[in-house]
Amino acid sequence: MDMREFALENVTCGYKDVTVLSDVSFSIGPGEALCLLGPNGVGKTTLFRSMLGFLKPFGGRITLDGDDIATWSSRTLAKRIGYVPQNHTPPFAYPVLDVVTMGRLSRISPIASPSKRDTEKAAECLERLGISHLADKLYTQISGGERQMVLIARSLAQEPEVLVMDEPTASLDYGNQVKVLRQISHLVKEGISVIMTTHFPDHAFLCATKVGLITRDWVRFGTPDEVVTEDSLRETYGVDVRIVKEHTCTCGTLKGCVPIVEFAAGDTSGERARLEHEKGTPRQRSHVAVCA
Amino acid sequence: MLSANRCGMCSVRHKVLLRFVEGRFAQDGNAATGREMSLGIVKKHSGGRGGFKGAPIIAILTIILVAAVLVSFTLGRYDMTVLDVLKVAANQLFGMETFSESTHITVVMQVRFPRVIAALVIGAALAAAGASYQGLFKNPMVSPDLLGASAGAGFGASFALLMGGNMYVVQLSAFVCGIVAVLLTYFVSTAVSKGDSMTLTLVLTGMVVTALFQAFITMTKYVADPDDKLPSITYWLMGGLSSTRIEDLPMLLAPVIVGIVPMLLFRNQLNALSFGDEEARALGVNTKFIRALFIFCATLVTAASVAAAGMVGWVGLVIPHLARMIVGPNHKVLLPASLLLGALYVLVIDDLCRCLFAIELPLSVLTAIIGAPFFIYLLTRGKKTWT
Repeated sequence: MDMREFALENVTCGYKDVTVLSDVSFSIGPGEALCLLGPNGVGKTTLFRSMLGFLKPFGGRITLDGDDIATWSSRTLAKRIGYVPQNHTPPFAYPVLDVVTMGRLSRISPIASPSKRDTEKAAECLERLGISHLADKLYTQISGGERQMVLIARSLAQEPEVLVMDEPTASLDYGNQVKVLRQISHLVKEGISVIMTTHFPDHAFLCATKVGLITRDWVRFGTPDEVVTEDSLRETYGVDVRIVKEHTCTCGTLKGCVPIVEFAAGDTSGERARLEHEKGTPRQRSHVAVCA
Repeated sequence: MLSANRCGMCSVRHKVLLRFVEGRFAQDGNAATGREMSLGIVKKHSGGRGGFKGAPIIAILTIILVAAVLVSFTLGRYDMTVLDVLKVAANQLFGMETFSESTHITVVMQVRFPRVIAALVIGAALAAAGASYQGLFKNPMVSPDLLGASAGAGFGASFALLMGGNMYVVQLSAFVCGIVAVLLTYFVSTAVSKGDSMTLTLVLTGMVVTALFQAFITMTKYVADPDDKLPSITYWLMGGLSSTRIEDLPMLLAPVIVGIVPMLLFRNQLNALSFGDEEARALGVNTKFIRALFIFCATLVTAASVAAAGMVGWVGLVIPHLARMIVGPNHKVLLPASLLLGALYVLVIDDLCRCLFAIELPLSVLTAIIGAPFFIYLLTRGKKTWT
């Protein structure tokens, strides 16, 4: 089999006549994960919608194995590119297994009902993510973390080559965030190409092989170590961040981002720091670091 | 006759009738407001039970429906037993010599058969349209008249009655105006929303178009002759199946079959659409085609029902809820279950209409009187058990 490649070539995208992002290029292959970082409203969603074929790019091409996806039907797209939306509550209480079975719609005729084989495939996807116990529960009644897992299972039921995930960790508690990230890196190891957005630069170190940093002025792609730096994060988000490394752990080098927060409860040093800053003195003392 | 020529007595009666009619529409107006409010609370409501297998329930419903049909044939002024009905059926369907009395044959074939079939078809059509719309618009509070089909068809019929058209003209006019109203809604909302998120604009435009056609209906009534035309318009709008003849059935059956078959075929795609447009597209659903198809089919069957039986409310709202509580929200089972339940509901209501009192009640009155409290019951029950 040829090496699969999902690529954007000089893509310019936007809504109606407003260009949001221009000249974006990157490519990812099997077993790679791309993490898209950037402040709110910078065009991540627009880029996403273009990658899923919802929006036609104004310029450039989005290709999978060299084929322009703009020419594909939604059915062909769904067979090859899976979409994991942000978790949400639908108006109707479908059982979880039914939700996952909907991932099979692109694989069966539009006028057919999912067969027993499709239901089995869906159950298999639940098992793959270790959430078989949810199969008969109602999708509206499980927790946010579980719902995110179910949505991942549904996209796996599509048997896609590329998985596009919109803030898979949004609104999840800490434990569930880690669980979802662990699943993502597991899927990447199995050979799926993953593209995800996140608001936490740490996630880039945790499960991405490539990072795309998007700001209003520039877009930069590269490895996490190249792109996620103290300088680039300050430029992107306008906050001070320290990148810390930890070597003591048995699982290799750990890297994380720690933002600098100037105030601590009952401590006036923040005030002092600002005054010093105004006077031109560099800030260096009494900073309180808070984990993201 | 113009209202300027009316004598005092006439205009008094006109006003009384109008007040009566306006009361009915005020009620419809309230329904619209409720719908509007519900847009905000879509997420709160849910129904359905997981892991419930559909096939046995569909089978049970079918059996109940067949029994109800047989019983319905025996009800009415002229007393008959189920055996008599079966004999007539055997005679008429299979040409068997059953020695049925000719009165039996006349009553069953000429009077009750068209009526029972019409009740079944209208119930199935309205419930299927309601279930489709609810799935399509991701909102359990919408009903088949959402996009203006009922109001449009109501106006079409009123106008044809005003112009003195015969029953065929009335039905055709109702049908055409129902479709026109929905097309108007569709094109206006497409123009307004510029292709982005259609659902909300569609629903809002639907309300506007409904209000517009309600105004046309009122106008039609206002200029109608209060001795002759006005009562016939009013009675027609109240709905009923008493005047349904066997010749009317093809006019009802053909569009309903044409509408329901595609809905049943593509019903699994509707599941994905109830998760929203983009998700459905990402799941491989051709959302533009499926949405247009379901809107067209649901409108077709709604307009056909209104053309045949007047503005029968509540069926399309209540029945899909009931069905969802029994079989869950998966349209694979929900749509067939809604069809059967809708047919059963309207059949039973029509039986009540003709048997409850010495005079026949309008269909829309009973569907509302029974439907409204029933709906409240379903809502409270739904909250307790499933949310």
